Amino acid sequence: MAQSMLELANVESSYGPVQALRGVSLSVPEGRIVTVLGANGAGKSTILKTISGIIDPQKGQVKLRGVEIQGRAPDQVVRAGVVHVPEGREVFPLLSVEDNLRMGAYTRRDPDGVAQDLEAVFGYFPVLRERAQQEAGQLSGGQQQMLAIARALLAKPQLMLMDEPSLGLSPKLTKEIFEIIVRINRERGTTILLVEQNAHMALKIADWGYVLEVGRIVMEDSCARLAEKEDIREFYLGVKAEGVRGKRRWKKKKQWR
Amino acid sequence: MVQFVQMLLAGTAQGCVYALVALGFVLIYKATETVNFAQGDLMMLGAFFALSGGTLIGLPYWAVILFAALVMAIVGMLIERVVIRPVLGHPAFTVVMITIGVGYVLRGVVTMVPGWGTETYALSTPFGQKVLRVGGAVIAVQELAVIGMTAALCLVLYLFFRYSKLGVAMQASSQNQLAAYYMGIPVRRVNMLIWGLSAAVAAFAGILLAPVTFVHSNMGFIGLKAFPAAVVGGFGSVPGAIVGGLIIGVVEALAGRYLPEGFKDVAAYVVVLIVLFVRPSGIFGETTMKKV
Ligand SMILES: Nc1ncnc2c1ncn2[C@@H]1O[C@H](COP(=O)(O)OP(=O)(O)OP(=O)(O)O)[C@@H](O)[C@H]1O
Ligand SMILES: [Mg+2]
Repeated sequence: MAQSMLELANVESSYGPVQALRGVSLSVPEGRIVTVLGANGAGKSTILKTISGIIDPQKGQVKLRGVEIQGRAPDQVVRAGVVHVPEGREVFPLLSVEDNLRMGAYTRRDPDGVAQDLEAVFGYFPVLRERAQQEAGQLSGGQQQMLAIARALLAKPQLMLMDEPSLGLSPKLTKEIFEIIVRINRERGTTILLVEQNAHMALKIADWGYVLEVGRIVMEDSCARLAEKEDIREFYLGVKAEGVRGKRRWKKKKQWR
Repeated sequence: MVQFVQMLLAGTAQGCVYALVALGFVLIYKATETVNFAQGDLMMLGAFFALSGGTLIGLPYWAVILFAALVMAIVGMLIERVVIRPVLGHPAFTVVMITIGVGYVLRGVVTMVPGWGTETYALSTPFGQKVLRVGGAVIAVQELAVIGMTAALCLVLYLFFRYSKLGVAMQASSQNQLAAYYMGIPVRRVNMLIWGLSAAVAAFAGILLAPVTFVHSNMGFIGLKAFPAAVVGGFGSVPGAIVGGLIIGVVEALAGRYLPEGFKDVAAYVVVLIVLFVRPSGIFGETTMKKV
């Protein structure tokens, strides 16, 4: 396996009294795409927020290339090379598309590199070039998702954290976005940690997958093998099990522990 | 007619001061969703620093402006860092009460400083009592200067917010604070700088107001007129604050001339009621909701 870009060890995070992560350990090898699957409320977004410094973990370590970064302020994490594409896009609605992109490069001090990357993201998302002077709030949901990814790329990340990039998109657009995620990974060598409800797509493009349930990792495997597992097929891919089990499914509790 | 033009100018000049204080309200409100009721008192303190910059240090008028703006920027940042930041996240009411408290403290401190106290002072300006005679009208150069300087400041601020990286980042973090965090914008530092900027603008307003009301520890109560100006413009809109300030200044001047005694002081609030009745979100009210 390649050298580890990101390593989480026994991370516990809470929102006040609500403990959302109960000791999560995972590892993301450099240059790979790793995905975390889990139902609503499992704590997927919380993992990403803990990595990017939006919330601080109570316990455990987050290591970026071997250096502990847990508890650092978000801007320091960005400077360290980790950028978070949040759930629900979160663009700056009244700024132009171009200014949104420039804000992605806020932490950078190399104007030439920024100009190059601006061209590169316009290459990935030509529609953003057309709309460069328009307010971001006027873009469609799909275009805003493209903008959110493009904006993150302008930070020149080594590691990109992506939270449900397919949320609310048509199947066609979802496919396009995922193709671009793969291109970003292959062409720029950006390591990607992807959180998804759309397990179909996530398992197709990722190399390694973790399954998260109520704040705990309950399974990990290569995506090819995960896609074969019956539980995964049943609960995340919507493939119905046959026979007696199928009839009694409403009673059966997810059980991986 | 001649009188009308004179009055319009006087009202506009007064409106410029309201506009700048309102601008301070709006900048801080947009960034931190805090209504800073100490804005008028920051203006007062700025005027006192300008006074001392002139009399004690002997700076020329232009340098006095820079000096007062700079000192007040530091004061504004200190206030944010020391009293506002620790209470962020508490109910908005708490933060508002604290800004009211800050206003009281500033007024109290000023009266205790030797050489400031409760006296009234005149701030000398290069314009003095000079007048310009155009046709039959007698126009105070002072008023033209106030209007010109306000316009210049607005232009500088516009260019700053439109083109500088920090200015765009200030807009970004006031539009979507969470996203600003995600992009690595140091939101807290940016908010502190916004407090500094607002306080500097307040100092500028104080200097412009000084020739009209003189410098004294209660001159900050003009904030009570600037607040309606911000509301008229649509609280949260920078151009709105400017336009709102000008409207209130002009309406006040007209009310003082054509309406019975006493209307002048309530004119600002009457304007607020009318505007809010016609357009509840204010003239430039934004419809886009802010996140976080
Ligand atoms: N701001 C918050 N305040 C309090 N509790 C929260 C907050 N955000 C999330 N939680 C709780 O933490 C747990 C994990 O939430 P999280 O957002 O990480 O889930 P998720 O796996 O991303 O879900 P989804 O698929 O719906 O996005 C949930 O139980 C949720 O109720
Ligand atoms: Mg989530």
